[in-house]
Amino acid sequence: MRMSIIFGALLLVAPLAFAGDGNSADTPQQSPLGVDDRIDVLLCDNETKVSIARNDSPTRESGQQVSDALMAQWKAKHPQQDWVEIENEKHDVVPPADNSGLVGNGQGSTYGRVTAQDVATWERETYKFAVRGSEVFHSGDELGSSIAVSCDMCHPRAANTHPETYPKFQEQLGKVALLRDMINWCIEHPVRGEKLAQDDPKLRALEAYILAQRKGKTLEYGKH
Amino acid sequence: MKFKRIPHIKSVETRFVEQRQALFDDLRHLDRRQFMKVSLGAAGAAAAAGVTHPFHSFLPVDISGIGRAQAAESADGGFRFAYISDSHLYARNINDRFLRQLLRAVDDINALDPQPDFVLYGGDLAQLGQKEELEIGAQILKEVKAPLRMMVGEHDWYLDMGEKWRELFGRETYSFDHKGVHFVVLMSVNEKDFWSARGMTPMERMSTVAGLDNAVQSPFEVGAPQRQWLKQDLAKLSRDTPVVVFSHSPLYKLYKTWNFWTDDAEDVQALLQKFDHVTVLHGHTHQVLSNRIGNIHFHGMLSTAWPWPYAPEGMPPLTVQMNRPNPFDPNDGLGDGSVQVHPDGLVDKLYSFWNRNPMQVQASYLASGGRKDAPPRPLAASY
Repeated sequence: MRMSIIFGALLLVAPLAFAGDGNSADTPQQSPLGVDDRIDVLLCDNETKVSIARNDSPTRESGQQVSDALMAQWKAKHPQQDWVEIENEKHDVVPPADNSGLVGNGQGSTYGRVTAQDVATWERETYKFAVRGSEVFHSGDELGSSIAVSCDMCHPRAANTHPETYPKFQEQLGKVALLRDMINWCIEHPVRGEKLAQDDPKLRALEAYILAQRKGKTLEYGKH
Repeated sequence: MKFKRIPHIKSVETRFVEQRQALFDDLRHLDRRQFMKVSLGAAGAAAAAGVTHPFHSFLPVDISGIGRAQAAESADGGFRFAYISDSHLYARNINDRFLRQLLRAVDDINALDPQPDFVLYGGDLAQLGQKEELEIGAQILKEVKAPLRMMVGEHDWYLDMGEKWRELFGRETYSFDHKGVHFVVLMSVNEKDFWSARGMTPMERMSTVAGLDNAVQSPFEVGAPQRQWLKQDLAKLSRDTPVVVFSHSPLYKLYKTWNFWTDDAEDVQALLQKFDHVTVLHGHTHQVLSNRIGNIHFHGMLSTAWPWPYAPEGMPPLTVQMNRPNPFDPNDGLGDGSVQVHPDGLVDKLYSFWNRNPMQVQASYLASGGRKDAPPRPLAASY
């Protein structure tokens, strides 16, 4: 599964390449050769710019070249923007449920009217949350470990975390534990870090990742 | 409905540790006759758990003399070697825990009486291949009394492609003969170059390989040059020579996602097929793991650093899993072990856990395809 958040923005910009008279550029380009029939194409950040020769018969390919050139510049300026792809290539996070069957008007109620864009947004945002959890899960630094230990050392791909068995009574904690209690216990003990606040984004992301990896498992709360 | 206050309950591991401590406290106050009785009781308990050859802890073998008697009895002309594996050391100032665990294993092995003929170190001495990690590991392993045989793991290798490891421990591929058994040590964790095209630094390459579940790396393989060496090394041996192979990764295909895997396993197995009995001992998996493919018996080794869960698929049917490690018991699922080699080349494999009863996988269990001498089943399996 691949994300393409930025590229969507680029496609809106690409047609500017065909504007023709250069009136879309903010500042006329003075080319080094002294030829002034060049066109500047600006990205929506109003900074990233490609200067191209005037082209009276633009094609899809020539437009794509402009897009690619802008994209390459933008990526070079924002190396962290591919974090979802980078993390996912390493740890192949399980994708969320497919909601594409909900698209359409259904019975006409608000809840029944779902667009493809809604579904894409749900999936993208939910997935990013779980992938962020994978980053924390696999990093002793992010977890604040004082001994360079991370969750994946005992739980590759969240194996043996069985989130589907919580809540359950843990005599060692003297109470019924939720998954987040066990995550925090692990952070304090095997990982030797500081436990996270209940609303800490890292704890929420860890919980999301662990649950994501056990997608499809039957809930069996109380199971030891 | 009224709720009563929950009574104070001692955890399973607290009760276990208390019982164990009570046993050892009692031992200090015994006269000789009572002492024999208690020791025999302990030996009996271990025997009931399916353990027949001298085990490491539980019974205070160093003072009882019973361990010695038993060793002589079970020797049957064979011999015993011990192992320590997968310590994953960081430098001293980063992580003291893994260092202390390796020290514990060395103490364990040094306390064996009689001493094993040699000790195999099963690979992954270091966590990130650092000079400091390998050096402190070498320093600790110098304390091992019996002769030491070293094997390399991927965590030792991928920072400098084995340079420091070789400087400290010598060649990574070699063979030797001991009491009629031919031993081969392989470097089974070669990976095809995934780093150059990505422009990775040596540290990035090392960190990638160090992540068990990191899919950017390549599968492990012995590789053609080493297979060629192995073929020549085995050529002079007759088919009834017992052969024992040490490899860091299991020499079969279990679960690729975690590199519980050797990509050219079939080719290596083919070279071993001509012998009556072959045993492969591997590290990397940090768990009790048994398998048999034709004439080849496979055994895993325990780690001293942390236990791995069992793979979600591809498990060999002959494996009797160890209980899921208890996170509240810091060294649960960890330990060391030993191997009793019978004259016919078949082995009894002992997993000597630090915080639970020892577990033994006997030669007869694998030879009979699991019909005889099965180890006790786990109550809390991996899931």
